[in-house]
Amino acid sequence: MTVEATYGVPTVAMHTDKFVTVVHQVAEHNGMTGLRQVFVPQPIMGKTAAQLRAYVDGADPVTGRPVMQEVLDGLTRPFDASELGPLEFDRSTPRLLPSDTEDNLHRLFLESEWTDKLPIVIPTEERVEAMLKATRRTPDEVVGRMRPTHFREYWEYTVEKVAVNAVMAGARPEYFPVILALAATGVSARGSSSSSVAAMAMINGPVRQEIGINSGTGALGPYSHANATIGRAYGLLSQNLQGGSTVGLTYMGSMGNSYAYNSLTFGENEERSPWEPFHVQHGFRPSDSTVSAFSGCRSTAFTLGLREKHWREHVANMFRGMDPHGPPTLLLDPITAWQFIDRGGFTKKDALIDWLYETARMPAGEYWDYQLVQNYIYPRATFGEEPWASKLKAAPDEMIPMFRREDIHVVVVGGETNGYWRIMGCNYQNTVSVDEWR
Amino acid sequence: MGANGKITALNPVGFAPKVMRKPLAPRLDTLEGKTIYLVDCRFDDSDIFLKQMQAWFAERMPGVRTVFKPISSVYLNDDPATWQEIKARGHAAILGVGH
Repeated sequence: MTVEATYGVPTVAMHTDKFVTVVHQVAEHNGMTGLRQVFVPQPIMGKTAAQLRAYVDGADPVTGRPVMQEVLDGLTRPFDASELGPLEFDRSTPRLLPSDTEDNLHRLFLESEWTDKLPIVIPTEERVEAMLKATRRTPDEVVGRMRPTHFREYWEYTVEKVAVNAVMAGARPEYFPVILALAATGVSARGSSSSSVAAMAMINGPVRQEIGINSGTGALGPYSHANATIGRAYGLLSQNLQGGSTVGLTYMGSMGNSYAYNSLTFGENEERSPWEPFHVQHGFRPSDSTVSAFSGCRSTAFTLGLREKHWREHVANMFRGMDPHGPPTLLLDPITAWQFIDRGGFTKKDALIDWLYETARMPAGEYWDYQLVQNYIYPRATFGEEPWASKLKAAPDEMIPMFRREDIHVVVVGGETNGYWRIMGCNYQNTVSVDEWR
Repeated sequence: MGANGKITALNPVGFAPKVMRKPLAPRLDTLEGKTIYLVDCRFDDSDIFLKQMQAWFAERMPGVRTVFKPISSVYLNDDPATWQEIKARGHAAILGVGH
């Protein structure tokens, strides 16, 4: 779109047919309804040159016309006015929905794709007003912007809009500053990636005790009203405030991800952790309350404890089972956190992360051949970005780090019923003050 | 709830930016004698696909000059150097493959 609109070069964009609805809408919402787009069958990945030549010689699965005829027409056929769309259009919607019965409103919310398909609490004026009383911020104050993917435009939202979604999730007013802080991260819990991403939200500081956030037994499960509804609110506000999360349009996750139901929302078990809390690592005081947002949650590795003889190898094996595109965040039950100190002497979290960085290695030849590495890291390496550019110089059998050190994180959560622990493949994004949103 | 059994709810949807139409480049009269950039977005196996398209041009339209051009980095990043090159040295572009 940039080449066409900014540089004035006639362009045809090629896509696979699974994305026909998405790409037409993205073009329309970028003011380029007439953008010439041609389609070939899905997938491109893994096909031989001969198979892809057949795509070139074959028909566009959307129009039925020869692909190359569509391409040639796209570059030479003048536009007519009907292709170009309106000069401008406004997608704003009214603040209030038309009054209706409760049953009909539930149907409206479900059919409008405003829910996670579970029953919601109807956001009446009274309920939203009660939610708004839990913050000193004004209802019309802008909280942030969000979008489901890089190609989409940002949508904006206010305190009141966040409150509406918090009510829908069943959250209590006292949770609202945490939900506002999550909205202020700008990190969507409804990314549209075909890789089926989910978000993870971790809460630190005194607010955990104040509102009953669970950081102990069952913290990542459906065993705390605060964890459950704050996490659900994060998902609902993401999909509704960013412009949707509709399958085939604004959500393309091939398999989907059940983590998305409440975005893995939990408190860090600071009281039983041997290390400083996560938010303190990121510049906050222990007395501050914060939320930290992680994106791209897909892969999970798990095991029990650290065995005396082969614990190092077991950790390395867990890393090798993960895709190197998704850096690791370790979720350690306090038992295992203390075991890392007993086994490895990691009295400082930094020392543990140093060791994890050195341990997570694989042969360079295997690393560069991962599809996601090819898609997202190899291009940056060839562009000269470090540390990937240096990794490219490694011989195929040289053991190279799978991850950047700064992308590896460790948090402590769980109730010490045993020393189970997990590695979550995900990207830490940012930490936002809850206190600023009280 | 009102006397008629109906209730009023707030709209949960955020604020969309207004869409303004952007200009599309004039199309070419002919491709003969022109240079077309085949821009590889470096996602999945788009390079293999575009090279097959390049072969098609060589066989079927030898009067069209094609340049296979991978973007500089990952498709998430803008690439003004590549766009400037296409503007300066090319007449049209085919970008792919969005999945």
